[in-house]
Amino acid sequence: MSTEVVNEIKEQEYFINMGPQHPSTHGVLRLLLSLDGEIIKNVEPHLGYIHRSIEKMCEKDTYKMIVHLTDRMDYLSCHMNNEAVCLAVEKGIELEVSDRVKVIRTIMSELTRLSSHQLWWGVMGMDLGAITSFLYGFRDREMIIDIFEETCGARLTMNYNVPGGVMFDIPNNFQKRVKEFIIYFKKKLPEYDDLLSNNVIFKARTEGVGILSKEDAISYGVTGPSGRASGFSCDIRKQHPYSAYDRVDFKEILYSEGDCFARYKARIDEMWESMFIIEQLIDNIPEGSARETTRAVIKLPKGEFYQKVETARGEFGVYIISDGKKSPYRLKFRSPGFSTLNALNTMAKGSKIADLVAIMSTIDLVIPDIDR
Amino acid sequence: MIKSIIKYIKEVLGGLKSLLKGMRVTGYYISHPKEIITQQYPENKDTLKMFDRFRGEVILLHDENNEHRCTGCTACEVACPNGSIEIISERVLNPETGKKKKEIDKFIYHLSMCTMCNLCIESCPTDAIKMGRNFEHAVFDRSLLTSVLNRPGSKLAPGVED
Repeated sequence: MSTEVVNEIKEQEYFINMGPQHPSTHGVLRLLLSLDGEIIKNVEPHLGYIHRSIEKMCEKDTYKMIVHLTDRMDYLSCHMNNEAVCLAVEKGIELEVSDRVKVIRTIMSELTRLSSHQLWWGVMGMDLGAITSFLYGFRDREMIIDIFEETCGARLTMNYNVPGGVMFDIPNNFQKRVKEFIIYFKKKLPEYDDLLSNNVIFKARTEGVGILSKEDAISYGVTGPSGRASGFSCDIRKQHPYSAYDRVDFKEILYSEGDCFARYKARIDEMWESMFIIEQLIDNIPEGSARETTRAVIKLPKGEFYQKVETARGEFGVYIISDGKKSPYRLKFRSPGFSTLNALNTMAKGSKIADLVAIMSTIDLVIPDIDR
Repeated sequence: MIKSIIKYIKEVLGGLKSLLKGMRVTGYYISHPKEIITQQYPENKDTLKMFDRFRGEVILLHDENNEHRCTGCTACEVACPNGSIEIISERVLNPETGKKKKEIDKFIYHLSMCTMCNLCIESCPTDAIKMGRNFEHAVFDRSLLTSVLNRPGSKLAPGVED
């Protein structure tokens, strides 16, 4: 080959499809990478592989049915998704739930956050080549899932919240089991630091990689632990408290680095905070009814209702436009993963392909949440 | 120059220490087999007990006289988000009163469409259906997932409609 042809080939950028079946993309996400050697020049996410038109399905369902569909979006924070819909519907019918329901919902949300972060921690290690963390993360998650199974009857898609309360009252040994779990997990969480956080290989692969500045985080709408690792104070629990978050004391985790390691540390610290919240509430669950009676078919008055909650991945919003009928005229979900995915290009530009895997796992994507 | 060498050695030693720390955690679990929490699933089938609230499938309750409590009001059919319940009812002449009365002919349940959301159980006014604890639903033919829940010859229990 002549030198001209070689130079031309060298100048051409080439494309690689990462996914839709790549194991480190956590689902069916296809990333179209344009590369210069091993340096990433551009990342273009392609969606639509598991689009189930949940928003359109909601338009024919009654408000009670909508709740169970939100389980199937962000399946790792299904309690918070359910809660968001229930709170929005309760806003519409002007129903005030009892203190007992508020406390139960808060405890359940925090347990879900813990289980979500445990799974993320395990998968994060596995993405970076350490299979041990996966087994350890799932071991501890199993205890929470057992609590859910006893309380709600299901392990993943719980459908526990209903407009007006929770589906069942908590079982008798719920408090005992949760307390046992907290004692257990307080011993096990330092192991996470020994296994991954202080590991020299892990640190080398995450520190200074995939930096997202505070300005970018705000302009892309990156919320949750990913946004807070960039210094963007965006905790809905703190700023717009719902359920029982106004009566508990907890810290908002903020880091200023904005790199992969800061996002990692933010989630580990959030686990401590979640346990702290549960500890404050578990001993004083107020008496009262676990479910207010609502009409068999709930009809919202004409108007617009919005409720946002903090899921394990960030701000989740439910926007209902009602025309007074038994199902909404239009329903929009604001999912945290979709906004975070948009910032991926900014984070990954200029880094290597191996770094992209680290960035992908620290922003903690759940694809059914992005592609609903 | 010497400073950079010392720094380099310190980094190497620190890295080794962090790796050994991680190894200590895994070593602890190798030497403590009691900490293992794995269940051997198909082997422990006899002792495996699911929680009372576990949602595995919808079942229609029958008592010892082969009587159920379903009046055929189709509240569960309406409440189901996925159309997994179909109730076919017929009007049967009651010989005692001489009036025609609604009775269920077939309570069809499509397990393949069910998402175990528990909305049908909640909507039932006579507590005729319940969530079963069986979770082993794998079959080779999809048509086997559709079943008729009311047993042949079963009748409505007396006193339910009052």
